[in-house]
Amino acid sequence: MLSSVRTLWYTFLHLFQPNVTVQYPDEMPYLAPRYRGRIVLTRDPDGEERCVSCNLCAVACPVDCISLQKTEHEGRWYPEFFRINFSRCIFCGFCEEACPTYAIQLTPDFEMSEYNRQNLVYEKEDLLISGTGKYPDYNFYRVSGLAIPGKDKGEAEHERPPIDVRALLP
Amino acid sequence: MTVFLIDGKEYTAKPDENLLQACLGAGLDLPYFCWHPALGSVGACRQCAVKQYANAEDTTGKLVMACMTPLAEGARFSLADPETAAFRASVIEWLMINHPHDCPVCEEGGECHLQDMTVMTGHAYRRYRFTKRTHRNQNLGPFIKHEMNRCIACYRCTRFYRDYAGGRDLDVFAAHDHVYFGRHADGTLESEFSGNLVEVCPTGVFTDKPFSARYARKWDMRGAPSICTHCALGCNTTANERAGELRRIVNRYNGSVNGYFLCDRGRFGYGFVNAPDRIRTPLGRGADGKQAPISREDAVARFGALLRAGGRIVGIGSPRASLESNFALRSLVGAENFHPGVSAHEGVLLRLVTDILTSGAVHVPSLRDVEHADAVCVLGSDLPNAAPRAALALRQAVRGAGIVAAAAAEIPYWQDAGVRTYAGEVRSPLFIATPAATRLDDVAHTALRAAPNDIARLGFAVAACIDPGAPAVADLSADLTAQAQLIAQALLAADRPLIVSGVEAGEISVIEAAANIAIALRARGKTAALMLNLPECNSLGLALMAEGAGGLAAALGEPAALVIVLENDLFRRAGSAVLDTALAAAHLVVLDHSDGPTSQRAELVLPAASFAESGGTLVSSEGRAQRFYQPIFAENDVRAAWRWLGEAGRAAGNNACAGWSTEDDIVAALGSTLPHFVAAPRAAPLETFRITGKRISSEPHRFSGRTAMNADRNVREPKPPVSADSPFSATMEGYYGKMPPALLPFAWAPGWNSVQSVNKFQAEIGGALEGGDPGVRLLDAHKDATLAYYTEIPEPFAPRPGMWRAVMLPRVFGDEELSARAAPIRERMSPPAIALNEQDAAQIGAAGGQLLACELDGEPQHLALEIHPGLPRGVAGISGLAAKVHALPAWIAVTTSGLGAS
Repeated sequence: MLSSVRTLWYTFLHLFQPNVTVQYPDEMPYLAPRYRGRIVLTRDPDGEERCVSCNLCAVACPVDCISLQKTEHEGRWYPEFFRINFSRCIFCGFCEEACPTYAIQLTPDFEMSEYNRQNLVYEKEDLLISGTGKYPDYNFYRVSGLAIPGKDKGEAEHERPPIDVRALLP
Repeated sequence: MTVFLIDGKEYTAKPDENLLQACLGAGLDLPYFCWHPALGSVGACRQCAVKQYANAEDTTGKLVMACMTPLAEGARFSLADPETAAFRASVIEWLMINHPHDCPVCEEGGECHLQDMTVMTGHAYRRYRFTKRTHRNQNLGPFIKHEMNRCIACYRCTRFYRDYAGGRDLDVFAAHDHVYFGRHADGTLESEFSGNLVEVCPTGVFTDKPFSARYARKWDMRGAPSICTHCALGCNTTANERAGELRRIVNRYNGSVNGYFLCDRGRFGYGFVNAPDRIRTPLGRGADGKQAPISREDAVARFGALLRAGGRIVGIGSPRASLESNFALRSLVGAENFHPGVSAHEGVLLRLVTDILTSGAVHVPSLRDVEHADAVCVLGSDLPNAAPRAALALRQAVRGAGIVAAAAAEIPYWQDAGVRTYAGEVRSPLFIATPAATRLDDVAHTALRAAPNDIARLGFAVAACIDPGAPAVADLSADLTAQAQLIAQALLAADRPLIVSGVEAGEISVIEAAANIAIALRARGKTAALMLNLPECNSLGLALMAEGAGGLAAALGEPAALVIVLENDLFRRAGSAVLDTALAAAHLVVLDHSDGPTSQRAELVLPAASFAESGGTLVSSEGRAQRFYQPIFAENDVRAAWRWLGEAGRAAGNNACAGWSTEDDIVAALGSTLPHFVAAPRAAPLETFRITGKRISSEPHRFSGRTAMNADRNVREPKPPVSADSPFSATMEGYYGKMPPALLPFAWAPGWNSVQSVNKFQAEIGGALEGGDPGVRLLDAHKDATLAYYTEIPEPFAPRPGMWRAVMLPRVFGDEELSARAAPIRERMSPPAIALNEQDAAQIGAAGGQLLACELDGEPQHLALEIHPGLPRGVAGISGLAAKVHALPAWIAVTTSGLGAS
């Protein structure tokens, strides 16, 4: 008897507690930039695709939901296609950890429900954004040794001009 | 065996090994760069440093380079010693100072020896904050991509390319940390072994250009043990597949055959598998006379109806199809109606070669035996063009005398720089007699230029010099007599003499002469090895199966109601006039994977599997039956030819080959039907083979994209394919570890992602694989066997006025039918040409490059003239016209066509 009354009393007291329910979607919750939601492919500060199709995201993916094919244009590596099967993705963020160029990034967006599972297969056109995402400054080709249009051999950061093989100087 | 101690633990190794070999052989992980099992040690990279102690009391020890340290009984070493470990880490750190930040955009990434060694030494953090040296790259042609920034200056590339393979156009330039490995100027690498640079280079300086265009990481590709189909040597390869496409061919180690190296034709010739114009659906000729795709069921029904219709049915086998498919066709049409699909002339040569090889009187050498021969006589074979890997083996054989001389001076065989310096020009004798110059001439004792008849006469004379019982050659010129005596003496003085000839010599008499030398050596108590090279990957298997049946002439001599052609383009085997007559009245069914004149003429075309879509067994010119496996599982109508034949037979009520459901069934039936193939079922484990109850996984355990690669078509993942014919699982599931070597789908070991991981699968480093080298030899010499001397000695070659004896000069790129369809090989092909001696050219008033007219096989040809100063007078060398090889050798008239210089 006493126990029941005490329970009712405590429940009654909850009427005066502050409300914790967020009125989603009328009220959007704050998600930190490092939140692991929808995956995007970003561009480098020059506006070129950052993804060099190294396949490290694909191999890091524990559910194998990333698939891509390398192609090349004037020395730059690109993905010919880049596909994420979000119906398999577990949003672990390993792909972002593995990415050597900061191309693949997880964003604070989780609103990607679909009625048709096939629509959860995202291609490069769906993934590629026009900005740099969380890392505004990094440009992989500025540090790699490959020559690309606009950056010849020896013009990357911390590089000396190319050796003249025929020079006799030490 | 020598017992030595590492970190207090006892190990054993062969006494003549160096410490690095011994450590790797013992399963220890010791990093290295410049050492390569086939290239030996030079001690350049300082990476394999270990500590050596003088005795049990010595606790200080001294740093030594393992690759340069001979083993001694009871010697004490330490790998774990902190000082050596720090030394090795610092060596890597130096090497990495200039190494670019390229791994994500490097084709070597993921199978890079430099990556492996960096991880192995624990160098994880870059302390160097200053600038890196850079280099400009070169365009090295269609096969190899060059990225010189990545070089760590281990010198393996030039040691392989120049010292091992005899190339001249790759070298090292400049000095100190400026050294540059490349050509003197941009240009295609000339050596036919340039593709090996990809595997020899421990990092990504030289990478595979065609593979880069359709790139996938090593861990992302299914691997299947395969056999090269572009010549008869049977080099072992690994075929890598991803997304239904054959991505690349890499070397698969087989200690008895190809070892660590392939030729470029084998490595880059796979393009026909992916060709868009491949036959992928059954084609039937409709009422309108045009071929149109038909369903599988219709195709089988039509084929069955043709079989039921009666009349003479002729089955034409193929030297490029597997034993299984050939045997299925032979069973379907009956042995008497089965004909090897080779030209009439080649049929005669093949029969001669099989008679010699199956007699048991000669030793048929493996390529490893070839490498260890100590005197070699080549009759009529241009091996660098016809069978390049064998030429590479001969190049090593020539070093034998130098290695022996160095050993006498206590320089061990693996001390590469020392041996080469000491040996200087000391070489084992190699005699080459061919019509035209070969790329082996630079290491030959004598390179003789002669017409095929004279080459045969020289061979017969050598036999007569060795054994007086051999038929003597009358009226031999003084030159040739002296030459014959010289060769005979060298062969008699050798312990492991080797005679080389082959079908490419073009004349029966040349092969007979080579056999005579081997018989003569045997009569003198020597075990002579006789290597007879054949044109295609299953030439010997087909010849053994055909049991002496002739070539196409016999098959098409009488009218036939139905002609079934298995994976063959008859227009490369006989003249079109002959074929037009023979095929005019017959129904023609072609089973092939690649389109050609024969399939275009067929009433019914069935899409047969290439080597990449089915398994099978091939018999190399060594008589080694080897199994290849299927890397591509595609959902289409492409299937092994023997499956089509079985189904069609069933539809026609002919159950001769309908009861077989796996390749094992056919090979078992073959083994019990034909005595030469008794051992064939032992070539590889059966389909039922399991390890710990599991199939062998054919995909690496980190294969990626499984749930996404087909998601564009259907997000629901399909059931993975199951391999019906092999013990492989088509996925990453299954067993991977120690396994029978014939099944190794890719080489990988923990910590060893590069091709160097093969050392974990070898019984002895650089020797046989653990469990024995794959394949089973069908032809073995036995003591009691006899082979009588061949006695038909040809007349000396006499030029005819106004006529030339046309002989085929083989070319490495373009001659082989399938590889000639691959884009990178096409880039290396040159237009057909006719070669004449400079005096002959002057006689008809033609200059180099000018188009000359001649007639081959009834068809006019306009060929550019090449002047070959060494070519005998009266001989015309035809090259680049492999489809016309059936018409050679022949006497032709050559005229200046009036078309002018091209």
